[in-house]
Amino acid sequence: MSSPNAAYPDTPQTEDKPPKRHEWPLWEVFIRGQHGLSHRHVGSLHAPDAEMAIKNARDVYTRRNEGVSIWVVEANDITASSPSDKGPLYEPSESKVYRHPTFFDIPDEVGAM
Amino acid sequence: MYAQMIKSEATKDDPEKLVAFQARIDADEKIEPKDWMPEGYRKTLIRQIGQHAHSEIVGQLPEGNWITRAPTLERKAILLAKVQDEAGHGLYLYCAAETLGVSRDELTEMLLDGRMKYSSIFNYPTLNWADIGAVGWLVDGAAIMNQVPLQRTSFGPYSRAMIRICKEESFHQRQGYDAIRKMAEGTPEQKKMAQDALNRFWYPSLMMFGPSDKDSVHSEQSMAWKIKINTNDELRQKFVDQTVPQAEYLGLTIPDPDLKWNEESGHYDFSEPDWSEFFDVIKGNGPCNVDRLAARNKAWDDGKWVRDGLLAHAQKRKAAKVAAE
Repeated sequence: MSSPNAAYPDTPQTEDKPPKRHEWPLWEVFIRGQHGLSHRHVGSLHAPDAEMAIKNARDVYTRRNEGVSIWVVEANDITASSPSDKGPLYEPSESKVYRHPTFFDIPDEVGAM
Repeated sequence: MYAQMIKSEATKDDPEKLVAFQARIDADEKIEPKDWMPEGYRKTLIRQIGQHAHSEIVGQLPEGNWITRAPTLERKAILLAKVQDEAGHGLYLYCAAETLGVSRDELTEMLLDGRMKYSSIFNYPTLNWADIGAVGWLVDGAAIMNQVPLQRTSFGPYSRAMIRICKEESFHQRQGYDAIRKMAEGTPEQKKMAQDALNRFWYPSLMMFGPSDKDSVHSEQSMAWKIKINTNDELRQKFVDQTVPQAEYLGLTIPDPDLKWNEESGHYDFSEPDWSEFFDVIKGNGPCNVDRLAARNKAWDDGKWVRDGLLAHAQKRKAAKVAAE
């Protein structure tokens, strides 16, 4: 059985308790909108299995035409980057300005490029 | 439908981290589940979001009371859709609370054995059909007043849940006003029912904003952490200013002889609710406290075999799938 806050392993439990009781696992829900290009995370829910998770996600997250395709994934199966890695993970994008097209000056005479 | 009476907690956190945390709050950065946060911030939020979630769940009971007795099929379908939304709101909020390291089942158990509270409003009975309209118009109206600023609350998952909920909540308020309007414009008996509902729900709705600022000793920390954005009294005043013209339009009277427009302040002056009644309801002595908790406990206990059955079935199928691979 998955622990309910598996997607947030750095988050301590409020109280030290014996192993979790029989709880339905947590599922993260992703929905692709009617004209959406990609699936977006919209929230999470508890369900005993994937089929029930899809059914519940249909009822809870697509009641007002929000989407046409649903993905569910057990929260346990998600690994998230950690806030303390912020520097090393994202610093390169800041120091490599030449990766952006706006870095390069193009003479006006050349026209649009 | 919303949370009230939240006390923030004193903390013994690393002062350096506290300063850095406060700087992030002051810069309007959203706090996310994996970020460091003071223990008091975490606990206050678990309580506030959890209590908010419980309110959505318990709030289904007073309205659910009239589903089988709704006067027309259309009103019945609308009420069903609304109660279904409340379940969804509970779900979003429980999930937001879970990112703080508490499980939904733990929260549920704390509600069921009285260790956590829910909004005082749901301890009032719905005695006639007009009450359903009054609940939508006034109770959901007060909830929106409270929730719109919470869309900017500092904890990311809570703020995102509020954005979703506010969209749906405004459907609830409108349908409530529409239902009560039908009655106010109907027969004299219907109008009388509408007035009676307003009389009974007016003060309990004002109480939804929590005690007066001068008695709300803990809101200072919540405001500093931007968990709360406005004070209780600010929101209550806004609610009164907005609701009085709505009642006037219907030809209904607010049950407050001292209510009057104050030219100088640009607001309505109004009587405070009876705070001793409020504290009594919060303590569990309102008209329906015992019934509400009994209904939730019965559903939880009687439903245990279904929850266990679904889990056992899921595990069996998972095992069969692994064996087949």
